[in-house]
Amino acid sequence: MLTVRRILQQLRHDPRTVGLLLVVPSALVGLLAWSLVNRPGDFATLGPRLLGVFPLTVMFLVTSVTTLRERTNGTLERLLTMPLAKAEFILGYAGAFALVAIAQSILVSALSYTWFGLAHQGIPWRESGVALCAGLLGTAFGLALSALATTEFQAVQFMPAFILPQLLLCGLMVPLGQLPATLRYVADVLPMTAAVHAITSSQTDLYYFEQFAIMIVYIVAALVVGSATLRRRTK
Amino acid sequence: MASDMAHELALDVAQLRVMRGRQEVLRSLTFEVARGELVGLLGPSGSGKSTLMRTLLGVQRITSGTARALGERVGAPSLRRRIGYMAQGSAIYPDLTVLENLTYFSGILGLDQAQARRAMDIVDLNLHAHRLVTSLSGGERSRVSLAVALLGEPPLLILDEPTVGLDPVLREDLWSTFSRVTEEGTAVLVSSHVMDEAARCGRLLLIREGRLLFDDTPAALLARTGARGYDEAFVRLIKGAP
Ligand SMILES: Nc1ncnc2c1ncn2[C@@H]1O[C@H](COP(=O)(O)OP(=O)(O)OP(=O)(O)O)[C@@H](O)[C@H]1O
Ligand SMILES: [Mg+2]
Repeated sequence: MLTVRRILQQLRHDPRTVGLLLVVPSALVGLLAWSLVNRPGDFATLGPRLLGVFPLTVMFLVTSVTTLRERTNGTLERLLTMPLAKAEFILGYAGAFALVAIAQSILVSALSYTWFGLAHQGIPWRESGVALCAGLLGTAFGLALSALATTEFQAVQFMPAFILPQLLLCGLMVPLGQLPATLRYVADVLPMTAAVHAITSSQTDLYYFEQFAIMIVYIVAALVVGSATLRRRTK
Repeated sequence: MASDMAHELALDVAQLRVMRGRQEVLRSLTFEVARGELVGLLGPSGSGKSTLMRTLLGVQRITSGTARALGERVGAPSLRRRIGYMAQGSAIYPDLTVLENLTYFSGILGLDQAQARRAMDIVDLNLHAHRLVTSLSGGERSRVSLAVALLGEPPLLILDEPTVGLDPVLREDLWSTFSRVTEEGTAVLVSSHVMDEAARCGRLLLIREGRLLFDDTPAALLARTGARGYDEAFVRLIKGAP
């Protein structure tokens, strides 16, 4: 995968971005742990759920800005005049940022279970799986939505429009059972809700399977849309 | 490879019209370019040079007329490794080194690292191989972009203002490179604003507002306008033509 390597090389030359990608989520979870120090049970429920929220948000932002840059600086047009398979481009982004999402989740979980004092509850592979899927969700939607933006400023504006409604409805703010019926239907099928559900403890295997299935369907659909936005010919 | 297809035209454009939005940017252009020709594309800013080049690469939609490159309709998948393109604006990754850029693009073209180094050699960037593109000067960046176009020695080169921002010595080197590759059968279409460079071309295409005003040798341009230099000839032709 040439494109995976190229994107990782770009990141390697930009240590500050890598630092932010790794440090900010860990620091936020740490802050949450600290702020809940006087309410011991709460961090145990809230902490793990953020594992699904961070990769989705961060990868969405990073991917939409970097691919928009490719669209505007001419590199994408140049690649499309070459024998580049669209899948190479799309999967290159998905692959590179999936690796970053995994690194991010390993660091966040490691710190949560040691320093921040989170008690083990789930199985680690499920957490990594959620972080990976959430990262891929962010990347896939970033690729697709970056086609709608014409400037980096607009791309950044998509973040609140895409992420905040999901954050409001994913069950972190208001328990899903207390939402009005219509909103409940919407919330149940949002990608971030699935990521948060997949991490909650003591559910059946079928339940987890459903949540992962929802995320994977969204990832595939958004990647397909993203690859459809790579037009070789413009008006 | 070039010789057994020598009968084929490098470019064959007939009654080409291109609309961008409401504006008719190219109006019924007709011209041909043979293998091994070095053709200069000149015209005032906004006359449609870049649009024509993008059309020949198949990334710009054609409104009517036809455009063929190396015997195929422009945009045909088989042309994607046979045309070297340098866009106006550098179209390389600023956050990669020179060599990483060339290695990535040569990988996409199915070429090996040796070809990447060769292209770097032609544009004289060996000393900067491991420098980030962001740390290069404007002229150095455009040489990286040119090197990407030269990867794999394609039989047709389409270069949009490749010598912008270069000093006279480098410009001279690059024009010598263009002449050398045309001797090997490569066709080169170069746009430029520097009229003195017109003398280096075998033929000139002059466009204004999307129309072809002139299609002949540099000597014929001087003869037809009665001008002493190319700048003067250009101005006379652009202003004088109805
Ligand atoms: N993205 C675009 N959408 C609509 N019109 C455009 C677009 N880009 C260029 N044009 C119009 O097409 C015309 C030709 O532009 P083009 O870039 O081909 O000119 P050019 O000859 O390359 O100019 P220059 O020498 O300044 O590079 C211009 O009138 C310009 O306004
Ligand atoms: Mg131009």
